[in-house]
Parts: sequence; C-alpha cells; structure tokens
Amino acid sequence: MAVVEVRLSLPQKGMEPAQIAERIKEKFPSEVVDVKDFAGQVSVILKRNRIVEICRYLHDEEDLLFHHLKDLCGVDYKGKKEVRFEVVYNLYSIKHRHMIRLRAEVPEEDPKINSVTSIWSGADWHERECFDMFGIIFNGHYDLRRILMPEDWEGYPLRKDYPLKGPEPENEWPGLVEVIERSKALREFEWEG
Amino acid sequence: MEDVSKILETRELNVSMGPQHPATHGVLRLLLDIDGERIVKVTPYVGYLHRGVEKLGESLSYFQALPLTDRLDYVSAMSNNIGYVVAIEKLCGIEAPERAKFIRTIVGEMSRISNHLLWLATHALDIGAMTVFLYCFREREWILELFEKICGARLTVTYPRIGGVRNDITQEFLDSLYKFTEEFPSRILEYETLIDQNRIWLKRTVGIGVISAEEAISWGMTGPTLRGSGVPYDIRKHAPYDAYDKVDFDVPIGTEGDTYDRYRCRMLEFRQSNNIIRQCIEKLPPGPIMADAPKFTLQPKDKMMPITHPQKQHAYFIDEKACKGCGMCLRACPAKAIFGEKKKPHKIKQELCLSCANCFVTCKFKAMKIVPGAKGESDEKLADLAKAQVPDDIKEAQALLVEHFNFVKKGPRVPEGELYVATEVPKGELGFYFVSDGTGKPYRMRLRSPSFIHASALPRLCIGHMVADVIANIGTIDIVLGECDR
Amino acid sequence: MLIDASTIGLVEVEEGTKILPPNVIITSLDKIVNWSRLSSLWPATFGLACCAIEMMAVGAAHYDFDRFGVIFRGSPRQSDCLIVAGTVTKKMAPVVRRVYDQIPEPRYVIAMGSCACTGGVFRTYNTVQGCDTFLPVDVYVPGCPPRPETLLEGVMKLQEKMRKERARWSPWR
Repeated sequence: MAVVEVRLSLPQKGMEPAQIAERIKEKFPSEVVDVKDFAGQVSVILKRNRIVEICRYLHDEEDLLFHHLKDLCGVDYKGKKEVRFEVVYNLYSIKHRHMIRLRAEVPEEDPKINSVTSIWSGADWHERECFDMFGIIFNGHYDLRRILMPEDWEGYPLRKDYPLKGPEPENEWPGLVEVIERSKALREFEWEG
Repeated sequence: MEDVSKILETRELNVSMGPQHPATHGVLRLLLDIDGERIVKVTPYVGYLHRGVEKLGESLSYFQALPLTDRLDYVSAMSNNIGYVVAIEKLCGIEAPERAKFIRTIVGEMSRISNHLLWLATHALDIGAMTVFLYCFREREWILELFEKICGARLTVTYPRIGGVRNDITQEFLDSLYKFTEEFPSRILEYETLIDQNRIWLKRTVGIGVISAEEAISWGMTGPTLRGSGVPYDIRKHAPYDAYDKVDFDVPIGTEGDTYDRYRCRMLEFRQSNNIIRQCIEKLPPGPIMADAPKFTLQPKDKMMPITHPQKQHAYFIDEKACKGCGMCLRACPAKAIFGEKKKPHKIKQELCLSCANCFVTCKFKAMKIVPGAKGESDEKLADLAKAQVPDDIKEAQALLVEHFNFVKKGPRVPEGELYVATEVPKGELGFYFVSDGTGKPYRMRLRSPSFIHASALPRLCIGHMVADVIANIGTIDIVLGECDR
Repeated sequence: MLIDASTIGLVEVEEGTKILPPNVIITSLDKIVNWSRLSSLWPATFGLACCAIEMMAVGAAHYDFDRFGVIFRGSPRQSDCLIVAGTVTKKMAPVVRRVYDQIPEPRYVIAMGSCACTGGVFRTYNTVQGCDTFLPVDVYVPGCPPRPETLLEGVMKLQEKMRKERARWSPWR
C-alpha cells in the first residue's frame, strides 16, 4: 500500500515559443510554410508530408521533450485559405514547461495525413474524431472508424457546408426513421389505463 | 469416445455493458471480450450524448455560447464556465479585476469539492459502499444551496462572465461559506473512516488499473488521474490563472499509479480546496466585479431595471402610425400576443402580454411604446397615455436595453487570431482552442475535454483484470459523458 | 336484508370507500389496484445527461424519493416507469425505445428536463427534438435542470393520473 506525498511542485521555465519555432525551421526548412504569433503563443504552419518525423524530433530531443500531446483537432478554412483543412497539434512539455502549436495543411482533394499514434498513444481517439467530423483520413491508424456519430452516418458534421440542424427530413438517418416507424406501429397496442 | 478437448471447449464471450447501466456514469457502452472472468479486450463506444456543441458554438456569439459550456461537465459547471471565460479574456487581451478573480477562485474550488463529492459517491456506490453515497450528497446539497445563494441556480450556473462575474457576493454568503469550511474537515474524516482502511475497499482498489508515469503522459492523461501515477503536473501551478498565484496550496502526488492512489489524491485535494477557499475569503479585496472594457464585456444591468424589473407592470403598445407591418415583433413574441397582417399595423393582445420587452428590442422603426405602470388598461387609454412624455429613467433604460440586446446577438469584436488556453477543472485539463476571424462569433471552437482522453485509456487500464474491476476503473478515471461527447 | 350505513356501523372515508371498523374495507378493485401501483412506482435508472444528477439528488437523503415509494431499479424488466432525464440523441434513440419496450405493462414515461421534452438548447444535427417523437409521454417536467422539488411534483402528477385510471378487467381491452 503506497502513501501519497503532498508537496508543492515548483517547475522551472523552459524555452520561449519563438525559439522553438526557430529550431523547427532550422531542422526542417523545407517543411515550414509560415510562423504566426498571437498573444504569446506561436503556431508553426507546416506541410503534411513529414509530420511524423517532425513530431518524433520534438518528442525525443533532449531540450524540447514534448511528451504531452494536449490536443489534436481539425479546422475547416473553407473559402478563407487555399488549402482547405488543417490538422492542429498542441504540444506541451511537462518537464520544461513550454508549449508549441503545429498546423499541418491538408488539401481538400486528397484529405490524407500520417497518423502520430506511434509517438503518442493518446492521439488515437483524437484522430478518430477528426475523421468523423471532417473526413480527414489518417494513414497508419489501426482502427479508423466513426466515434461520435453513428457508424453509418453520412456526411461530415463540422465541415462548413454541413447544415447545423442536420440532414433534411427526407435524408434522415435510417436508424431514427426505423425507431419512429416502429413506435407508430406499436402505438395501437399501448396500455390504456 | 468423443474428443475430450471438444467437450471442454471454452470460448471468449462478448458482453455488451450497454448504454443503459447503473454503473457507467452516463451513456457509455463497453464491449467486453472476456475469457471466463478475465478481460481480454475492452472496446468503449461513445457518442451517445453527442449534441454538437462545437458546431452550435460557431453559430452563436461568444456571449451566447457561455451557457452551453455549463452542460459539458455538468457535475462541476462553474469550472467549465471559468475555463471558457479565461480563454476569451486572453483572446481579447483584457483582465478581470482582483475581486472578480478571487470570487472565481472561490467558486472554482467549491465546484471542485462538489465534483469530488459526486465522484466519491458514485465510485463507492459502484464498488458497493452505499452509505458513502448518502453522506456525500448531504455535503453536496450544502454546496448547491450556497451556489443558489450566489446566482440562483443549483447546477447549471453560468455565473462567471467575460471580464468578471455576473453579480457581487454578499457578506452573508461569505459567512455561511466560512462555516462550511470549518465543518467540512470533520466530514472528510467521516468518509475516510468508512472506507480508507476497509479491507474490502483495499482489495478492490489496490493494484487495480496500474499505469506508469510515461504511459500516462503518452495517453494524454491529466488531473488527478495523472498525478496518481507520480507526475507533478497541475495547471494551477504551471500556468496560473485567476488568483491561484496568490494563495498557498500543495498538490497531492501519488506513487503507485493504481486506483487507491488516485482515490487518495482526490481525498487530499478536498482538504487543499478547503484551505484555498478559506485563504480567499480572508484575502478578498473590495472593488468592481467587471472589467472596464465596454468593447468586450457586458456592463451591469442596474440602469435597465426600470423596464426589466418593474414595480408596477408596464404595458406595451404599438403606435399604429409608425408601425410598418414587418412582422419582426410577431415572430419575437414568446406569448404569441401580437397579431396583424403583413404591411398592416400590428396590435398587441394585452391579456396575453408578458411585458418581457422582446418585441421592443426587435422593432427597428421605434413603433413600440412602453407605458409605465399601465398594465391592464384598455386600448384607448393606452393610446392616450402613450402620447405623454416618457420619464427619463425609462428613456435611458430603453436605449440601454436595445443596445444590450444587439451587443449580445452580435458579440464582441474579438481580434483575429487563434489561442489555446487550458484550465484545471476537477477532472483534468479542459482546453479551449479558439480560432477567431474578427467577428463576434467564433470561427472554430474546440473543446479538449479530459473525459474523452481518459475514456480512450480505459482499454489499457482493464487488460488482465476481472469484470468487476472494470467498474472500479470507470470510477477511478472519473468520466462524465456530457464532456466526453460534447 | 340491506347492508347499509344505517344498519351496520359503516363509515364512508372518502368517495367510494367505506370502512367497517376495525379492519374491513369496502371499495372498488380499481381504487385498490391504483393505490398500490402509485405508492410503489419503481423507475428504471435512465439518466442520460445533466438532469440525471438532479434525479440522483432526489434519490439521496435531502429530497428523499423513498418516502414516495420510489426505488430505482437497474433492470427495465423489474420496473414500471421510465424517467428520461437528459438529451436524447439520434444515436441513443433506438436504445431508449428498446428499454421502453422491455418494461412490462402498465408502464409510464416521465420526460424530465427541457431536452427530453423538446430538445432544449440543442437544435443540432444529432439531437432528437423531444423524446415524444418515439415514446408516449405521460408527464412533462420542464426545467434546465428542473429542481428536485419539480421532479417530485412531476411524480405526484403522475400519481394523480394513475389514481384516475379505470382498467378494463377482461381479456379484451
């Protein structure tokens, strides 16, 4: 039986986000498209081809040590940018207390990108949700199925051209149509107290 | 003679621990592949409570999306609100005043205590200790009564606002809260007496769901689930927000990484939260509760009271000359009290009117007149009274009401950019990733919820254990499906 | 000989119920069956979202549900009421209907909370706008979430409804 310690944790500060962006630019100059800075946080916009290598470098390098994948999500920039989709990786290092954001551009005609589940196991469900909501396919993911929507749902809800209220009543999800039909059929046998 | 191995053949069994189950903390479906009593594989299915909050947030303004965040982690609603509000304040570049920060810390810690109470109640109930459930709910009712004293709602509070909090707290509330913090340690001792050294509890939690520190970080765990494995990561220390850098508190860290350590972490967090609340009450500074940034915040509604909180009821009357018959007020009326054809002046049915001012704020042609104190009068009398001079406070209130309504609908003009801000909610780390395009509605609102990640780690925790340990594991990772599915 | 209040000491307690002290009660079968049904209403635990927390609070010690005879049963086969507490999504709708179909008659449904009554705040692609699209609801309890006292009043209204039932005691209904 283990005893739990209670102590004040005093971590030390790590590198500035701009410096980390510089390191990435030095190591992979051909991949970086842009570096954006807003309110103290830096995003590095990358091409999607060598994303696994870049993430592996950030994960293993001694003074970077980005072991904690905070978030992996997709964004749909329909009409605002040339390349429609982006997959955003928010990384954090618990040891060094610094943070960086990577944005990998994914074009609409070929929405595929490599999966980073080999580096962080927690990326698994994030990628499934990204596929479910945007239709971006992750190569190398062991089980890419829909996670939040029903398995046979058609359409990708978080895309900008998907209506908020859902499909038209004619194209309703067959599972719900079945339930409503069955309830109508069974109504005549209901208990009348 | 038949082949003996064929007679004694065993197969793996597929058991569906379905969405409707007393112990799954909501609508979680688990498909268990079991070999006898041992688990071979667990497949969680989520999405049974997916309500589309992220997409809904894109169509509402920043102010209107605040009540949606209550309904995510519905057990500790204040913490979600605080996370959202802190993220938007950073996005706009404003800061809440000191008093508001301390108040938000107080309610954040109260919500942490209430969340851990519910966690303990359901975790113990699932494992079999039913008395703890009733004891914990007794304290939880106390806290919910205190929430009701501040803002009127027990569960879905929506009390923090962008730039501060909704209304100030009274001395009476602080006194009752102080009394709570004095009595609470003895109650924690009661729960610990019941289960801490109990042999059945120890057998069911020690050595169950063990996960090492590196694996826990790799799976993306945060909060007490991660700290039970020995990783010293608490956002309140790493990146303090609100008043957490002004109070003195410890962070409990575990060693073994099993269910018992995570349980002990949360029990010690009770005491730490109690401590933080006491310090905040003692250090609470006087001052304003809303930041002075009219571009991004909603100002207090006192000046609008002459219309919204009338001592005598106000009557609403449509001026027939000014009315163009556009039908906006007809659609806006919740009581369906306005009638009239298109392009003809409309009329209000006085018996149905609720005096809610919805029609007043939607009328663009200034045809809606508020006649103070004249509820119940006949139409002709109202037509006379409406021509009279409007008193000053009503005039000001009218102008402010229309402005407030349009501001809430349009939203604050947030600068263009993107931001990821995380706060420490009781379950782990709640992250908000906003992409803003300069208008009043978020372009992309992404919620990184701790329950989603912890639920994905459930297969890893359950390997090799028995079926009953799955229940203990679900309890220890502390998931709430509203947050998991959003 | 006519058995009447004047001949034997019959006391009319309420309309339709007479007592012959000390322990003989003369009443109709409807009343007895309705009274016993409404005094021990056992719902199936079906908490979906936020309203489930308020439902748990009603079951706890402060607002006690047990004094109404209400005990939460885990299995739908052993219950006679379904309290749909929370948002019903399209993915969950077949499950709700299946649980409802498994409850033996007579069965009742209470729609608790705005989301179960009409879809609530969530007018989105995955939310069913009210569970009455596929379930016959008896009592609607609005609120977001409704206070525990509101749910108690909802249960009491259901009990009033049950009190007025007139069963047809024959093989053909």
